[in-house]
Amino acid sequence: MPKITIDGKTVEAKEGTTILEAAKLVGIDIPHFCYHPLLTIAGNCRMCAVEVEGQPKPVISCRETVKEGMVVRTNSEMAVSTRRSVLEFILINHPIDCPVCDQSGECKLQDYYFSHSLAPSRMTEKKVKKPKAVAAGPNVVLDAERCVECARCVRFCQEITKTNELTIKERSDHSEISVYPGAELKNPYSLCTVDLCPVGALTSRDFRFKKRVWLLTSTPSVCDHCATGCNIFMDHDDGIVYRYRPRENPAVNGEWLCDEGRLSYKRLMGEDRIVFPMIKNGGDFKRTTWDDAVSNIVEVIGSADPKKIAVILSARASQEENGAIASFFRGKVGTQNIFMSALEEDTGFADDIIRDKDKNPNRKGVAEIAPSRLDDPKKFGFFFIIDELPERELMGIISSGPKGIVLITSRFDFRLHYPDIVLPKATFAEQSGTFVNRNGLRQRFEKAMDPKGEALSGVEISAKLMEYFLPFVRGG
Amino acid sequence: MMKILTKNFGVPDSHLLKVARANGAYSSLGKLFAMKPEDAVQEVKKSGLRGRGGAGFPTGTKWGFVPKGTGKPVYLVVNADESEPGTFKDRAIIEKDPHLLIEGILIASHAIGADTVYVYFRGEYYRQWERFLSALKEAKEARIVGERPFIHAHRGAGAYICGEETALLNSIEGYRGVPRIRPPFPAVSGLFGCPTIINNVETLASLPYIIREGGEAYAKIGTEKSRGTKLISVCGHVNRPGVYEIELGMSIARFLAEHAGGTPEERALKAVVPGGSSVPVMTAAEALGGCLSYEGCEKAGSMLGSGGMIVMDESACMVRCLADIAKFYHHESCGQCTPCREGCGWIKKICERLEAGEGREGDLELMLAVADNMQGKTICVFADALAMPVKSFVTKFKDEFEEHIRFGRCPR
Repeated sequence: MPKITIDGKTVEAKEGTTILEAAKLVGIDIPHFCYHPLLTIAGNCRMCAVEVEGQPKPVISCRETVKEGMVVRTNSEMAVSTRRSVLEFILINHPIDCPVCDQSGECKLQDYYFSHSLAPSRMTEKKVKKPKAVAAGPNVVLDAERCVECARCVRFCQEITKTNELTIKERSDHSEISVYPGAELKNPYSLCTVDLCPVGALTSRDFRFKKRVWLLTSTPSVCDHCATGCNIFMDHDDGIVYRYRPRENPAVNGEWLCDEGRLSYKRLMGEDRIVFPMIKNGGDFKRTTWDDAVSNIVEVIGSADPKKIAVILSARASQEENGAIASFFRGKVGTQNIFMSALEEDTGFADDIIRDKDKNPNRKGVAEIAPSRLDDPKKFGFFFIIDELPERELMGIISSGPKGIVLITSRFDFRLHYPDIVLPKATFAEQSGTFVNRNGLRQRFEKAMDPKGEALSGVEISAKLMEYFLPFVRGG
Repeated sequence: MMKILTKNFGVPDSHLLKVARANGAYSSLGKLFAMKPEDAVQEVKKSGLRGRGGAGFPTGTKWGFVPKGTGKPVYLVVNADESEPGTFKDRAIIEKDPHLLIEGILIASHAIGADTVYVYFRGEYYRQWERFLSALKEAKEARIVGERPFIHAHRGAGAYICGEETALLNSIEGYRGVPRIRPPFPAVSGLFGCPTIINNVETLASLPYIIREGGEAYAKIGTEKSRGTKLISVCGHVNRPGVYEIELGMSIARFLAEHAGGTPEERALKAVVPGGSSVPVMTAAEALGGCLSYEGCEKAGSMLGSGGMIVMDESACMVRCLADIAKFYHHESCGQCTPCREGCGWIKKICERLEAGEGREGDLELMLAVADNMQGKTICVFADALAMPVKSFVTKFKDEFEEHIRFGRCPR
């Protein structure tokens, strides 16, 4: 393995490693725009130029590979002045509209200017005008003036999605990212171009103007939109989730996230959120207290024949929630009728990039606890259901003439009349837990915020049931 | 004077096969096909022929870079994308002696083992393309050109950058004409990822002589580092603009007097750009003391380049000339690399402001600094091709630039 020196530090790196990657190994971050580890090398931004001893000109470190005995300087006069000049060149026609730019605060150009230049502009000529606020596609907005022409977005659409919607048109300082005539940037991963864009040229239509990024808190989490379990950062503030961003995990999602999964944060905030325990009284659902709801439930399960009680766990709830509820009913109530349910497969959703046809984040996990599905509801009278059921399964239960149904869920449409009691469950944003993805990988997500209203996690709900159930059976 | 490239230029209908053959076209082929390819390469190495496209890289050495036994086809690409302002010598060859070019193509193909050839024509060279096609048709009908090598005549769309050899390859492949990062060099991985040799029209047109008469005979012409003859296309303030063949090493003074016929109305010579708009400008003194060879031009502060000579007499405004050059490079930069994309436009805007009389103190220093930041910082040498004229114009004709700022107008 070639051994090289970067800024006085010795690095041993595999043959074929670039200087930039080798520098990362010893904690030296060489600034760059066009380089991205998952895309081909363009070498056009010239920002990563370094000095290599014996080379008369600056060398671009994103492309040059390590050679035995190489001496690299990232902070020599040559490297520093090249970086500074590249920043100057980029900025001469840049609108410098940071105060109204969504990228502000997470902009590479802004960051690099502060860390590597701070030089006042020498440009006094008229700037080149380019199209602004262009709808590149349904989810992505383009501001060509802010673009640094790194072409990461173009390469992403060529190499990863292979949909080829984008190109650079025109030449010289008139060149701009453009959608091909008649095309639209609407591939299922179009918002990844926004992540890839180092500046504010491509922004998310959904996130634009919603929040300054430095006000957001990022919580490591896992997307619950399908069984892949893409690693995400959940960006939120004041109990509101504003966006998901992909979190790097080469074993799961690389650095990508599909648009549909990314925008699925909206259902955490939907109008169908349940935030109080609800009880059916006559024909209507009424808000009630946990005390009342749980007392009612305990009275029924304490006096019913355990064989008549069925519990249906959810492939969308965490391992911890399913496990706690199952162990309460198995261990304390004494029913062995624990089943699982899952959303039906969506073959149209699957692709060979990251999306999976299974839209449940935890099917593999829940199957470890309760592998079988409910096949004959007529055998039972009382049903405890976690999360809403697929229609066919639900219809089977309703038509079997149940004596009682308790639904534990975070979202519910009250026009559906079937449950007798609805318990508000915290969303996965409001608790920590584990999903087991399609490859059996157990992935932890962290709690980002407190539950809305009086919602409780499945673990807390099972604890509450226990708290009321034990005195009841002892007393009885 | 030895005529190798232009010997048929004066012959009526020289582009027709019948006429060309009567004047010796294709007479090297018998000898060529009796030679092993490596012997043909050796002959060209012996001749000392250097690439005539501008860089002056030894042709035989370049051919030697083609790797053996890769199992991939080898391509020959002919660079007929002659677009450098001031350069129009390849055009003359294609128009007046297309069979000389075809003969050169056959020689190079044999030497490097190419069975497919792409001739990349500048988009604007429509008539030249047509003439080449009709010459090729004649040569095929006469069974001089057979099934192999198959010769494609590909027209570009008019971008200067497509004359840069790797951008040219991208253009042939159907991509945007932007230069590729080297390595890999085209000789190893070029067109469609296969070994590719890219030669200029004039380079190929020099080959028939070398094969016919031998490399040593060719090497006797010219100077030690610049063997053979070279076409010089001269334009600007001269009485007889045109394309002339010279023995390398001829003094510029003699060339201007004998061939170009001096300046109009015998006005004083001010400056000479010897090798196309991208090379540094020479002052009159530098030019008159210099000679037309690779090393001679370098000694005189410039480069022989493509041999596209632009002559300026005392009536020329050097600021306007540079503004013109900058306008061209701003228009033609592919926009890939940051320094070139942004720098060309910036230089152009400053030049235009100076010429319009709106120059300011510090503009010249700024231009030199911007040129410095462009030069040697990009994937191809396009940025250098503007940076070099900027630096030479501003430093060698500093007074004129300063006058523009001081007077607030063009003094001419």
